[in-house]
Amino acid sequence: MTILKVAKLVKRFGGLTAVDGVDFAFPKGKISAVIGPNGAGKTTFFNVITGIYKPDEGEIELDGKSIVNVKPHLITSRGIARTFQNIRLFGSMTVLENVMVGMHIHLKTGLFGTLLRLPRNRAEEKRSQEEAYRLLEYVGLESLLNEQANSLSYGAQRRLEIARALATRPKVLLLDEPAAGMNPRETVDLIGLIKRIRQELEITIILIEHDMRLVMELSDHILVLDYGTKIAEGIPEEIRTNPRVIEAYLGKSAAQQGVIS
Amino acid sequence: MNFMDKWKTKLQHLPTQASIYTLFVVVTALSVYFLDKSVVAFLLLLGSLLLLYFTSFKNSVKWAVGGILLFIVIPFATSGGLAHESYMEVATQCGIYIAMALGLNIVVGFAGLLDLGFVAFFAIGAYTYAIFATPQANNFISGQLFPLSGSSFWLFILIGGFVAALFGVLLGLPVLRVKGDYLAIVTLGFGEIIRIIFNNMEKPINITNGAMGLSSIQPPNLFGLKFTFPHQFYFIVVGILVIVIFTVRRLEHSKMGRSWKAIRENEIAAQSMGIPLIRTKLTAFAVGASFSGMMGVVFAAKQTFIDPTSFTLLESITILVMVILGGMGSVPGVILGAALVTILNLQVLTELTNWLNQLTMNGTISIPNALSPSKMQRFIFGAILVCIAIFRPNGLIVAKNRKVDAEQLKAERSHTPVPVGQSTGQSGGVAK
Repeated sequence: MTILKVAKLVKRFGGLTAVDGVDFAFPKGKISAVIGPNGAGKTTFFNVITGIYKPDEGEIELDGKSIVNVKPHLITSRGIARTFQNIRLFGSMTVLENVMVGMHIHLKTGLFGTLLRLPRNRAEEKRSQEEAYRLLEYVGLESLLNEQANSLSYGAQRRLEIARALATRPKVLLLDEPAAGMNPRETVDLIGLIKRIRQELEITIILIEHDMRLVMELSDHILVLDYGTKIAEGIPEEIRTNPRVIEAYLGKSAAQQGVIS
Repeated sequence: MNFMDKWKTKLQHLPTQASIYTLFVVVTALSVYFLDKSVVAFLLLLGSLLLLYFTSFKNSVKWAVGGILLFIVIPFATSGGLAHESYMEVATQCGIYIAMALGLNIVVGFAGLLDLGFVAFFAIGAYTYAIFATPQANNFISGQLFPLSGSSFWLFILIGGFVAALFGVLLGLPVLRVKGDYLAIVTLGFGEIIRIIFNNMEKPINITNGAMGLSSIQPPNLFGLKFTFPHQFYFIVVGILVIVIFTVRRLEHSKMGRSWKAIRENEIAAQSMGIPLIRTKLTAFAVGASFSGMMGVVFAAKQTFIDPTSFTLLESITILVMVILGGMGSVPGVILGAALVTILNLQVLTELTNWLNQLTMNGTISIPNALSPSKMQRFIFGAILVCIAIFRPNGLIVAKNRKVDAEQLKAERSHTPVPVGQSTGQSGGVAK
């Protein structure tokens, strides 16, 4: 079953077509990967899906409903959350506060509720703290809850971004290079975390990643982009041996030799 | 060193703290009351509020003690000497600037939107009251209903705040699409435009009386009691200020406060967390502007005369200096910054100037005319600012994040199942 579908998606920047007529259906409850060489348009693809850029052409549907031209903050409340390639945490806020910001759309307290602080508002604040704490436990950062976010290590910052994205209670989670800058041990932990999110929380995951070991181990489906166009799609085994993919990554001569490892 | 440590531990002892603090307040208050030349004592008495912040009493105790100081000790202690009204005037001005700085702190400190035209909202508040509390409004509303009586002042505090907030939104709508330096320039322009409009709105219909300004503004009136002296306005200002501080504290650690800070830290990420950028920024503008507008009303009533020269760019810059000096995003810092700048300008530097002038007149020292103290006042002020900027670049009291008790959270959260994901159906307080 498809949860997120893009059809003939096009995004141009002046003369450059960053995403060029991509069609893809992301299956529900699975992990899909979007791979491709640098500059292939992967992050632009994410930015178009999350509404940061408006597509020039094409259709994006979440659960059968179009999300083209929907404002980014409303796309979040429709159920798409994301992390960023260049980490974008709220640096001077605490780790717990970062996750609590992620709960924004689920908190009902308005301006007057805040000022009057009725029992109901107080209870909501308390619950959101607890929930944020449980999310931190989920990604293994609970001992750092009062730290300032930008004082965390690189790997911890990436995990905090995931916790913050989970706080929006998404149906689809977009991870933009979640393993970038991580050491091998952190990557192994991350693979475990992503698997748990898919299984225990039943969230559909779409990830961009350059670490092929991670991609091949995690993905159920892979979409390969090059110069903005889709050059291949399929299960990891097919992609590994696909000559066009090897060519895009390593050049023509390598394509005649064989397999990406 | 050992001696120092001993004292430190002694000072952390609560009863010791309490007795030293009480002694300090009593001594300064009595000196303000009985001494003729009591400026230093008065400043120390005000400083007792700062000292209170650094004590280790419980929060509720601090608030109570602060309330007693503000509403009883300070007004009473200053009433002893000839300088009563001038002290109260300084304290009142402090209060007005603190409220404005706290408003600007929401915009600049929390939401990270650099606003160089903040005084415009103050002007809007002031003119809102001034126009209707003088015969001026008869020029465009028929029926000779104006001036409104001084008892309307209390309502106008709210109206002034509301009108300023409205203008905050009106300004924000077109302006908030630009960021950073551009925003600073546009708001600077807005500040000047408002001033110039007030300066020129005597034609074709005379609304603001132009550069002549509005005089004989009705003083506030509470059940027949007229407010004309600074020591009376002091209570109005402190009253509003308490509400303002209370509001800011609540907002800071709420969903709204977190959204403001998130936008300041990273707009794109904030948006991706479901925060509507424009609406959240507009709220910051509106709330900040409303504080300024309310104090504008009080200012107009206190001065009984206003004209556009009270609302120049320099005023906006001064308020911004208060925020930056105190510590952007730090409520106690901004309060301290605003109080310090106001006191420095109104009391310390003027006193110093008077004193030096006197010495020169007596022939004790001779200062060349080019270096006369009245000319040096701004220079000294600037030098102090530079020093603070060098030695405390993040402000006098740096903004702190609120820490959460991890143990308590851990104990309480274990009663409920893992809430992550929409599919689990556990909604953590969301009514679906």
